[in-house]
Amino acid sequence: MSEIFGEILQVGFFAAILRIATPLILATIGEMFTERGGVLNLGIEGIMLLGSMTGFTAAYYSGSLWLGILAAMATGALAALLMGFLTVTLGLSQHVSGIGTTLLCTGLAFFFYRLIFGQPSVPPNVEAFQALPLPLLSKLPVLGPVLFNQFALVYLALLLVPAAAFVLYQTPWGLSLRAVGENPRAADGAGVSVAKMRYQALVLSGMLMGAAGAYLSMAQFNAFTFGVISGRGWVCIALVVFGQWSPWKCLAGALLFGFVDALQLRLQASGVIEIPYQFFLMLPFVLTIVAMAAVSRSATPPAALLVPFRKEER
Amino acid sequence: MRFRLETRPYTPTWLKLSLPFFAILATLIICGGLVALAGAGVLDAYTKLLLSAVSSKFNFVETLVKAAPIAFTGLAVAVAFRAKFWNIGAEGQLLAGAMAAAFIGGRGALPSWSLVPLMLVSGMAAGAVWALIPALLKTRYRVDDVVTTLLLNFIMFYLMMALVDGPWKDPLSGYPDSPDIRLDAEFPILLGGTRLHLGVILAFAAAPLVWFLMQRTTLGFNIRAVGENATAARYAGIRIPLVIVATAALSGALAGLAGVGEVGGIHFQVMAGLSPGYGYTGIVIATLALLNPIGVLPAAFFFAVIITGAESMSRATGVPVFLADVFQGVALISMLIAILFTQYRVRVQR
Repeated sequence: MSEIFGEILQVGFFAAILRIATPLILATIGEMFTERGGVLNLGIEGIMLLGSMTGFTAAYYSGSLWLGILAAMATGALAALLMGFLTVTLGLSQHVSGIGTTLLCTGLAFFFYRLIFGQPSVPPNVEAFQALPLPLLSKLPVLGPVLFNQFALVYLALLLVPAAAFVLYQTPWGLSLRAVGENPRAADGAGVSVAKMRYQALVLSGMLMGAAGAYLSMAQFNAFTFGVISGRGWVCIALVVFGQWSPWKCLAGALLFGFVDALQLRLQASGVIEIPYQFFLMLPFVLTIVAMAAVSRSATPPAALLVPFRKEER
Repeated sequence: MRFRLETRPYTPTWLKLSLPFFAILATLIICGGLVALAGAGVLDAYTKLLLSAVSSKFNFVETLVKAAPIAFTGLAVAVAFRAKFWNIGAEGQLLAGAMAAAFIGGRGALPSWSLVPLMLVSGMAAGAVWALIPALLKTRYRVDDVVTTLLLNFIMFYLMMALVDGPWKDPLSGYPDSPDIRLDAEFPILLGGTRLHLGVILAFAAAPLVWFLMQRTTLGFNIRAVGENATAARYAGIRIPLVIVATAALSGALAGLAGVGEVGGIHFQVMAGLSPGYGYTGIVIATLALLNPIGVLPAAFFFAVIITGAESMSRATGVPVFLADVFQGVALISMLIAILFTQYRVRVQR
């Protein structure tokens, strides 16, 4: 047992938690915004994959990782606009529209990757993001290497959480968004455009999901593979429920997930415990379901979640 | 000038029946843009795609063989969605059924004649049990069924991989796949020189049976009532949780049969690539069929043509084979928009 604790209680382990949690934080916060506005964005898995592909491709050809991130955010926003057209403008079932968006984005990502890169024996790669130690702060004992010697996107993801909390609770936009998610008719009566708010939240979420996907192909790995997302998007959907639609709790959920994932990687590598590694891969999904069952009684989703809004109808 | 959606007082039958065709036509046109982008002739590519899947007896049967699992998952989704039980988990239920079939099919102690029936029953049971988890979580703890059914797909996949990489690893090949089932457990082939196996017939027979169940039995009525208006169903004395659980079991059993067919008729073992997303294709098929069990058959056949034809088209024209995946997404979205026109018509206001 002491060996296991030895593995865990290392600075590198805690740094890994943050690195693993970063794409989840980005996408979960994005999803939280759309759900606060009343739209369940099940396109998340596909949008992340498409963002990962376009981001990687743009970075590969431009030589700039940040251009790649921007390209991923732009495609994410476009895919979210499609989701908005289906669910907000047309008022179609959010479940099926989301699955459709995911299927389409997944297909497009595979199709264009093959079209652009063919079938190379070695997947093309880019020089991945390097850790960016912050001056002075990174010299702090323990905290320094864990918190302040990370990829730039990790810092951005961590800053995103307080920013999201501020926007959601302290700004008129956040108030309108929450109103639209709780009682769209009342919000409409108060002069808030339900459709506009939902579209804005969706575009914001698409950008964050695209960036999350690009992080995976450009920071965590340095190439795009068809399995790069492998269910992380669906985990984010669960993290929003687990995080009870609150930015800080969503962060806690993402960190918990990062902890479990980092733990399984360590245990696998150490060979201390002889359990098939697939059980560790499965663990986050099992824990997510258990956690959802545990919090479901206290969790109250936005009242208008999944309900399309048409001005003319009563 | 602006457009406005106006509720239709009634939906003409011709419109309902022709919608899938409009949706597919739109899909062909949109995906044609991608074909052109890939530098191939659109008509040429589509001709290759459609014809190669039906050009010979062998190819035609292969298309039917491909249609069987997606017909089963399509039926599974159609039944579940009718009750608004959002079963996105047909993929995992399929794998559960396949694993049960592989387990039974490999038992040496069982009498030969019992293998195939036992595989069918155990596969249905395994799929049903896997679907019951989200159903019970939904009815007991109000946990969202979309999320749980999705996550359970991954759990079942990793469970299968742990088995085929561990205790079930084939000692002969050393690959992470299970040993072949017994010869007696393989589904009978109904047409010499092809792979037309019992599972294909079962899939085509299941559709009218499910239709009968949905339209002519109390359970079917209750399932539809819960989906159409849960409040009214509750006042009518229908026990909604019970109906949801029954729907889930039925849906999971159908998805499980898809897995049994793949093991008993095609692969004779379980391994990583057992299902290239048949569970998700089922969602597309059920939607295209307007959740009608009979409609599932032509929809499944059409998608089998796309999936099998895409490979030959890709070889002949260089268009990436993943066009078939794009096709699924576009078809689902087109159909959703098409369904809108059964409920609304567009009014132009000046």
